Amino acid sequence: MSSKNTYDKPVAVIGAGSFGTAVANILATNCDVLLYARKPETALEIGRTRTSSGQKINERITPVNDMELVGKECEVIFPIVPSPYFREVIQKLSPYLKPYHILIHGTKGINVSSSTNQKEKLMVDDIFTMSRVIRQESIVVRIGCLAGPNLSKELADGQPAATVVASHFDEVIKEGQKLLRSDNFQVYGSKELLGIELCGVLKNVIAIAAGALEGLGFEVNSRSLLISRGLIEMVYLGQLMGANPQAFLGLAGLGDLVATCSSNLSRNYTVGKRLAEGEKISDILNTMEEIPEGVNTVELLVKLLDNYKMRAPITETLHKILNDELTAEDGLKLLMKSPFNVDIDFI
Amino acid sequence: MVQLARDRKNFIDEITQESFERIISIRNTTPSLIDELELTRYKETLRFKTNPWKIDPEDEIVFWDRVKQKLVEADNTDDGMAEKISEEILKEIIQRYANEISGNFKKSHYKLARRIANFGFARMLNAAKLKSWRAFFKHEYSLQDKIQLVGEVEHLRKLAKIGTIIMVPTHFSNLDSITLGWAINELGLPPFIYGAGLNLFNINIFSYFMNSLGAYKVDRRKKNLIYLETLRTYSKQAIQRGCHSLFFPGGTRSRSGKIENRLKLGLLGTAIEAQRANYLVSPSEGRNNKIFVFPVVINYNFVLEAPSLIHDYLESSGQERYYVENDEFSTSSKILSFLIKFFTKGSHISMSFGKGMDLFGNYVDSEGRSVDVVGNHINTKDYFLYKGEITYDPQREEEYTRMLAENLVKEYHRINQILPSHLAPFVAFQILRKRYEKIDLFSFLRLPLEEIEIDYQEYKKVFDLIRNKVIELYNAGDVDIAPALTSDLDKVIKEGVENVGMYHAKRPLIINKAGNISSQDLNTLYYYQNRMEGYELEKYI
Repeated sequence: MSSKNTYDKPVAVIGAGSFGTAVANILATNCDVLLYARKPETALEIGRTRTSSGQKINERITPVNDMELVGKECEVIFPIVPSPYFREVIQKLSPYLKPYHILIHGTKGINVSSSTNQKEKLMVDDIFTMSRVIRQESIVVRIGCLAGPNLSKELADGQPAATVVASHFDEVIKEGQKLLRSDNFQVYGSKELLGIELCGVLKNVIAIAAGALEGLGFEVNSRSLLISRGLIEMVYLGQLMGANPQAFLGLAGLGDLVATCSSNLSRNYTVGKRLAEGEKISDILNTMEEIPEGVNTVELLVKLLDNYKMRAPITETLHKILNDELTAEDGLKLLMKSPFNVDIDFI
Repeated sequence: MVQLARDRKNFIDEITQESFERIISIRNTTPSLIDELELTRYKETLRFKTNPWKIDPEDEIVFWDRVKQKLVEADNTDDGMAEKISEEILKEIIQRYANEISGNFKKSHYKLARRIANFGFARMLNAAKLKSWRAFFKHEYSLQDKIQLVGEVEHLRKLAKIGTIIMVPTHFSNLDSITLGWAINELGLPPFIYGAGLNLFNINIFSYFMNSLGAYKVDRRKKNLIYLETLRTYSKQAIQRGCHSLFFPGGTRSRSGKIENRLKLGLLGTAIEAQRANYLVSPSEGRNNKIFVFPVVINYNFVLEAPSLIHDYLESSGQERYYVENDEFSTSSKILSFLIKFFTKGSHISMSFGKGMDLFGNYVDSEGRSVDVVGNHINTKDYFLYKGEITYDPQREEEYTRMLAENLVKEYHRINQILPSHLAPFVAFQILRKRYEKIDLFSFLRLPLEEIEIDYQEYKKVFDLIRNKVIELYNAGDVDIAPALTSDLDKVIKEGVENVGMYHAKRPLIINKAGNISSQDLNTLYYYQNRMEGYELEKYI
């Protein structure tokens, strides 16, 4: 029997941004999809034009603006909204959620709870990945995440690609695979939920740095240096937050890192590039349509590093550049002087 | 539970059948089953050769010899016959285990034992308090003076009438079972069953009470699959039948003195299985089919076994080692002498009862309904649903068990009542540890005792700081504190130092002639300070 068209209930995607829309289109090859947009007028507009974030949408997608409908109609929900709004969205959805719901998020950011927002220093426990936000704000336990080299535009074009669904629950992984898999889209499973989430979060930082390198006019050697040292920095930061190194070596770690460090399609990469070309961070953020997660991540990571006796040279240098304490050029000089002498020491 | 005793045979048959099916599904070919049986026989033979106990049944050698013969028989026959023989052997072994595990519960015994226990305690206490054995029959004091029950006892009493209770206490001392038994009685709760280490049945005094108080027997020497599956099934079936149960989820007594931070998942998992089974029988959540978990933390000033527990911990930390049971509680007379010490000297015990939760870590209200973060009622059946149907997914339930364990650890730390005798050793140990932070823990514990001295004023200053931090934690709802902790600083310190490990020959903490803080035994100081681990208070010192 074909696995297509067998899922009886619709599946929801919350967030009609470019990645949300791309995921909705992939899902629509296997099932009916409700695509939730935050503003009612956006939902209407998507319905009228059959276009969302510049992508044509599949006929099986229904744009909606009703959380109750989403909770009641769907057992599987994909929240894909920027991290600053993520908590609020889950709070709105929470009254309609039951323990049998499956939530697989695709948000590559971290945040802190409102009470720790103003703290100068952060502990590991203060940092919330999106799965932790879901746990904290709702009754849902069957939680997973999506991560991997998934540039929205390429997905929208139907180019071959793959992703990772991570969860502590086998049934969530299986469900995610069943719903997302298609001829052009491969889905891997992983039990390392935290590790896979952090892959997506931490690579954004390195992507900014990669953009900055291009902005300074450097090419392949320097980018490769950055990617490999960046990966090691990701592993260390991940370990600090309780993740296993293994996750970082796979599709969601190295795979996604290579993708976002090589492409103008990446928002974080673009931020880095424009910074190096001399623009101010505030101007860049004001002119971007969607939120580059990496900027906020750098900010939080530096507050975290302060508390533990640990160095993360790339992140720290970027922090200085983002706060106007260093130019991109000086930042690079500083990094090149860093006393690394061991290549790999975590395996 | 009384009912359970009545149809014991039926119960054992059901356990045997269910365990049989489980093991057959794990070892699903005849050769693999034969291998398992052979391995079991080998382990059992080795066990009664190297580590025999007084209470082991006399026919053990005969039984396992017969198993051996049958296995040989199975080896030398055709496949169909081999399957039949091996399944027969399996059933026999399970039945034997099931009978051994399920003690002998008789209602009349139970009542009698409870009365004797209470009578005995009360008499002893009176005699002790009034400093004369002639006071034996006076009614001046009761155990209530000795053991304080704090926390959600009303909640517990109420829910015991609505559903099935799983009580999960921390485990520091062999005295725990006795104090819990007393508390259950004092609260007017119906009987609880609990798994007690078979080694305790070696001791007559324990044996009599435990057999009668609904204890079933857990033999920690038996680590084979068949035994463990039978034990799990026993627990699951008992919970399913509505027996209130008590587990020590830490497994054995805390060797380090720390509050349990890693729990054994085996028996906890049986509660989740039982809950699913209950919902399969009667799908609507309601009376009689819901299971509630109550964490309990027992707070002692003094743990009799502390020196040997910490010794084991230090000896084996860094490597998992087989632990040979041998401790202060090895004979009846030692227990008796301990009980007399306990009753004659002023060491109080407090037991903190946490709020009732469902098996998924949600608090339940006084009607037994689970409540989520936004205040909605949750139907816990939903945790077992997939597309509207109750489904069995072992991996899912394993994950639920892990989550439950995590929640319990959090609750333990939250309801833990900090006594002056917990804070005093913590502050002293941390000051000293910081002073010698360059050397490792083991070298530190071997420091000459003459070097161990903390200026009283310095100690007081740090104590004050840490006490304030503890009160902050208390105000945030992250821990409980004993009222005594908030009185005048010098008084709190004095009480803490005097009470911690008060009956040990070598005191973990003393105030010396110069009026400064010192120790006679760093190992036990370490043991008692460990109790405060998990609150990240070290960083303030």
